[in-house]
Amino acid sequence: MTLDQVEVKEGVDQETVDAVREVSTYKYGWETEIEMEYAPKGVNPDIVCLISEKNDEPEWMTEWRLSAFERWTQMDEPKWAMVNYPKIDFQDQYYYARPKSMAEKPKSLDDVDPKLLATYEKLGIPLKEQMILAGIEGAEDAPAEGRKVAVDAVFDSVSVGTTFQDELKKAGVIFCSISEAIREHPELVKKYLGSVVPVSDNFYATLNSAVFSDGSFVYIPPGVRCPMELSTYFRINAENTGQFERTLIIADKGSYVSYLEGCTAPQRDTAQLHAAVVEIIIEEDAEVKYSTVQNWFPGDENGNGGIYNFVTKRADCRGARSKVMWTQVETGSAVTWKYPSCILRGDESQGEFYSIAIANNHQQADTGTKMIHLGKDTKSRIVSKGISAGVAQNTYRGLVTMHPRAKNSRNYTQCDSLLIGDKCGAHTVPYIEVKNNSSRVEHEATTSKVDDDQLFYCRQRGMDEEEAVALVVNGFCKDVLQALPMEFAMEAQQLVAISLEGSVG
Amino acid sequence: MLEIKNLQVSLAEEDKEILKGVNLTVEAGKVHAIMGPNGSGKSTLSYVLSGKDGYEVTGGSASLDGEDLLELEPEERAAAGLFLAFQYPVEIPGVGNMTFLRTAVNAQRKARGEEEMSAAEFLKVVRERAKTLKIDADMLKRPVNVGFSGGEKKRNEILQMAMLEPKMCILDETDSGLDVDAMKLVSEGVNALRDEGRGFLVITHYQRLLDHIKPDVVHIMANGRIVKTGGPELALEVEQNGYADILAEVA
Repeated sequence: MTLDQVEVKEGVDQETVDAVREVSTYKYGWETEIEMEYAPKGVNPDIVCLISEKNDEPEWMTEWRLSAFERWTQMDEPKWAMVNYPKIDFQDQYYYARPKSMAEKPKSLDDVDPKLLATYEKLGIPLKEQMILAGIEGAEDAPAEGRKVAVDAVFDSVSVGTTFQDELKKAGVIFCSISEAIREHPELVKKYLGSVVPVSDNFYATLNSAVFSDGSFVYIPPGVRCPMELSTYFRINAENTGQFERTLIIADKGSYVSYLEGCTAPQRDTAQLHAAVVEIIIEEDAEVKYSTVQNWFPGDENGNGGIYNFVTKRADCRGARSKVMWTQVETGSAVTWKYPSCILRGDESQGEFYSIAIANNHQQADTGTKMIHLGKDTKSRIVSKGISAGVAQNTYRGLVTMHPRAKNSRNYTQCDSLLIGDKCGAHTVPYIEVKNNSSRVEHEATTSKVDDDQLFYCRQRGMDEEEAVALVVNGFCKDVLQALPMEFAMEAQQLVAISLEGSVG
Repeated sequence: MLEIKNLQVSLAEEDKEILKGVNLTVEAGKVHAIMGPNGSGKSTLSYVLSGKDGYEVTGGSASLDGEDLLELEPEERAAAGLFLAFQYPVEIPGVGNMTFLRTAVNAQRKARGEEEMSAAEFLKVVRERAKTLKIDADMLKRPVNVGFSGGEKKRNEILQMAMLEPKMCILDETDSGLDVDAMKLVSEGVNALRDEGRGFLVITHYQRLLDHIKPDVVHIMANGRIVKTGGPELALEVEQNGYADILAEVA
């Protein structure tokens, strides 16, 4: 199912059912054979400088990276999460890999290596189709079929291209790769980069600050409602290569944007590192929706390979009445360590977090959110659905703090866990700190099992076991699936079904 | 149509025999009722026929139109035309009633190699059939059986039956938890489905359901066996004298 082919109709669950039948296990596990260019293995100041040079960065950026690297060498890996993995040798991997054909930045998507374009086509990412709509003379006035989605496609360490840039420019929206933004919009990058996730924030964020290679940059000017969904699609292809992407989104006063992120990687028996940083700045009365469907290779059924996903995502609701909504569907990765957070600084600002985390086979997920209430009358809502199957461990870890100034603030948290089988685990670790006496925090948690009676009921009506599980699990996730943009909701429903394949019986 | 021969069943976990050789044939177009005291094995019979886990068939056979039911997975039995209206319909949170119905209908069609029902056609049919059971649009949208009253749950079972158009319908104590009005609605729903190609096996404690769904044959089940078979008058006899007399008579 590609994002642009999605037809929304009643009874979408049937599609889930078909997907279960047709697709076996991880369907993005293939590899693109393409000539690559690598920086030497390992990380040191020379590598940091090399990455900076490859991206044609100004000196201030190189300095920024080097100081981050300096910090990183003095930091230790965090150990508090409920995940177990072999020690990562940070010197035994590549920090920069790009297709040779990308050595000279293509001027337009027409100049991009057809192999790369074919990769995205195979992944179902609309690079070409959408370009046709955007690029052909006169086509811009014609009504596009369905909704438009602008895409920034990141392949290993580089952005391959970004669609709809011209049309977005007309609206004043800047959507480009972060490397391009560093060159073209240094004033914005200087002002905001590292302002939400400081260089020294945590081990992985600091490493990312030193070696990030590409990612997306979004700026929505005051009062502008972004005319289409923006999305970035991350693909790891090269072996033994870490992906360190950096995303910076700025929603200026009174603006609105919905941003989608998707990720996949080939199936390999060695684990790979992914350490991203996403920073979002939301000014007065602005609103950002950030949705992720994370489908990195989860490792095989015996727990070999897979992506180690250590991600720092944070939104800063700086202005009054600003609003952010994180929605994530985490189905992939061998290890997930991820806590998209909201700093509710502006008065009456709002943060929402909707999450589905699925862990099957040997997957381990430790994920949740932080809601930091600083402003008055701030509101936050957390809805987390954890699904464990096989021998997987799934942890919700959340923090809600109400600072003294955050008078009359409210939080509502709902954490539900669903177990499939009896060898998996679900854990809920909520931290709550309330430092004023006018705020209210509510927490509800449930744990349930996929019930044999439910499965039998579905099967008596004609569904096979996998369809029945998919139906019951999709029902369990409904609150979160509803929070996703339509295009992603369909994909997510299928993913939920696919990633639980073989988990019963 | 449904042919059960000397069916013997034990609980899988404990070595307890529940059905001790049941013989029963339901012909197409006929309604058979099974009555009997609690613990006689009536519900077990319905579960074993539909393929629920936890039972071990130790002897005998059961077939539908010549096809060995006991060899099939539950969903295969469903696709072959066997339907069980549950005594306690199960709740499935978050799954819309309509979505559930459509998934079930199309799963069976697919299994039989038939074309799936289009969304438009499905909607038309479901609305029509829901109406006769007084199931409104809201109830079709709500999650399957969640927060349904006893009567709503049973009406919903009959709606599923109407949509799936099975060959052989087993109703397991469909009258339990129903008031008079609901029983009437449910019975009308069932009667509307009576057809010369379709067989019914109605399991019930009480005669009152059989006032509305008139059986052709009535069986009395006790202690894992069918102990007496007769016409509708047998149900009346139970109503008037209870089971004790009949059981004493056959003992």
